Amino acid sequence: MANVWVYAELNAGKLQSTALELMAKARELGDVYAIALGTGAKAAAATLGKHGAKVVHVNEDKAFDEYVAEPSADALAALHGQHQPDLILFAFTPDSRDVAGRLAARLGKGLISNASDVVAKDGGFVARVPYFGGAKLASMRANGKPAIVLVRPKSFEASESGGTADVKELAVTIGEGSKRARIVERVAEASEKVKLEDAKVVISGGRGMGGPDNFPLLEALANALGGAVGASRAVVDAGWVPYSMQVGQTGKSVRPGVYIAVGISGAMQHTVGMKASKVIIAINKDAEAPIMKMADLGVVGDALKIVPALTAAVKAKKG
Amino acid sequence: MTVSRRSDNGSLVKIVVTVKQVPDPNSTILLEPDNTLARDREVVLDPGDECGIEEGLQLKEAHGGEVVLVSMGPERAKDAIRKGLSMGADRGVLISDEQLAGADVLLTARALAAAIKPEKPDLVICATESYDGSTGMVPPMLAELLGLPQMTIAKKVEVDGSTVKVHRQTADGYQVVEASTPALITVTAGIAEPRYASLKGIMAARSKEIKQLGLSELGIERGEPGETIDGLADAEARKAGAIIEDDGTAVDRIIQVLAQAKVV
Repeated sequence: MANVWVYAELNAGKLQSTALELMAKARELGDVYAIALGTGAKAAAATLGKHGAKVVHVNEDKAFDEYVAEPSADALAALHGQHQPDLILFAFTPDSRDVAGRLAARLGKGLISNASDVVAKDGGFVARVPYFGGAKLASMRANGKPAIVLVRPKSFEASESGGTADVKELAVTIGEGSKRARIVERVAEASEKVKLEDAKVVISGGRGMGGPDNFPLLEALANALGGAVGASRAVVDAGWVPYSMQVGQTGKSVRPGVYIAVGISGAMQHTVGMKASKVIIAINKDAEAPIMKMADLGVVGDALKIVPALTAAVKAKKG
Repeated sequence: MTVSRRSDNGSLVKIVVTVKQVPDPNSTILLEPDNTLARDREVVLDPGDECGIEEGLQLKEAHGGEVVLVSMGPERAKDAIRKGLSMGADRGVLISDEQLAGADVLLTARALAAAIKPEKPDLVICATESYDGSTGMVPPMLAELLGLPQMTIAKKVEVDGSTVKVHRQTADGYQVVEASTPALITVTAGIAEPRYASLKGIMAARSKEIKQLGLSELGIERGEPGETIDGLADAEARKAGAIIEDDGTAVDRIIQVLAQAKVV
């Protein structure tokens, strides 16, 4: 059996859902050793056990909560010195990316990022990586050991498999030299009523919305449908809306029942984060926009007129 | 040219900005039928890097110092560096070597680290991710290889003496993260509106130095790639549905689709 590690990301003491997604795949690939670091690691270990971890290595040093990436990379490198895994799975999230990059560089290993699947092949591992907005799927073979693969959130469905993990204290001392980039404050911005990642309907706006002042039109539609509002990278970059609303390659991955893309051309950067949606509706003034080629319904027209009319129609229909 | 020196009171900062030449994000042709990249595409300085350069220039204007652009790519990547020099950066370094064609992420980070290290920067600024690769893995690897702390996805940067403080974007807001220099930061494209190069800047850029380095000068051997592409296949494509002009009935059509999906 292959020895598979899952870096179980915790954020402010809370086990991230991506960790359990990774568990679902990891247990297909071999014996799973999860690593949970920081406040809440021991509580997380119980959950990870239910999801198939054979062993969970834990350490609740506050340094993991307070300092960026380096303490976690130290702990993983220390553990790597004792046990040689065949595969290390990370979620393709900002925090895990920071840790994975440092670890790979320290071990002198390559890594495969942005993967949507991992399979065992010829005694090693091959990751499937979407390219060109998901139009192409590359098979990337990891040449070294361990294979280090970062998997896009929502690639696998988390499910309990039953079981209890053997919880082991990960012996590592975090030196002062790794306590450098310190998180001094965590600021939550206006929390969404419906979480974008979990919403059944997502309405996303792009440059075609004309400006930030028109985004309330999308919020009104989202409220009527019980959905959430997302955005393209272009408008996040332009500062119209916060990054927390970005859908796409380096934003959030969503797979709602209905995705309504308003004034979004459909650059690959964006589509890779939403193409798994069940139904896609695009509203765009340009019939040639790439989004039209992947939409179940493409409407060529003026979003600023169509969206309010649609909101009114939804409200009327729902009574 | 501004001459930079390290200063304990932090009044001068030496900044390295990594830059990359990428296919023009505004063009749409990506692949030839044989799955190779379309070669005749326009190439431009990565728009995300323009924001990194702008942030570097603003820090230099506030604190004094020097902004050095470091890039890796073929000879023509000098055009991307030159654009940054015309915005006001002081000089450039281009790592260019035939052996670097198709370099993987570790080799890229190793080459950049070898070129940046002798510069002894106070601050290394990278874009959070490139427009073409969009994986954002080079910066944390680079930070590790340079022995620097990293503060990624910064939407705001403040330098006060030897302390760098950033607002780091998170899924639900932001974190305030601080470290002492030297440090590596990655910035979001929203951090600063890149300036246009002035005619004077464009003229001045012509005589600015772009040093070119090969792998042997960096003391790096290519080695075995960490990962190899086994194959590239068409992903299961979504089939295009109906495309309609809004003649006043579009709302009804959308409602029908929403009803089928059982959300209204």
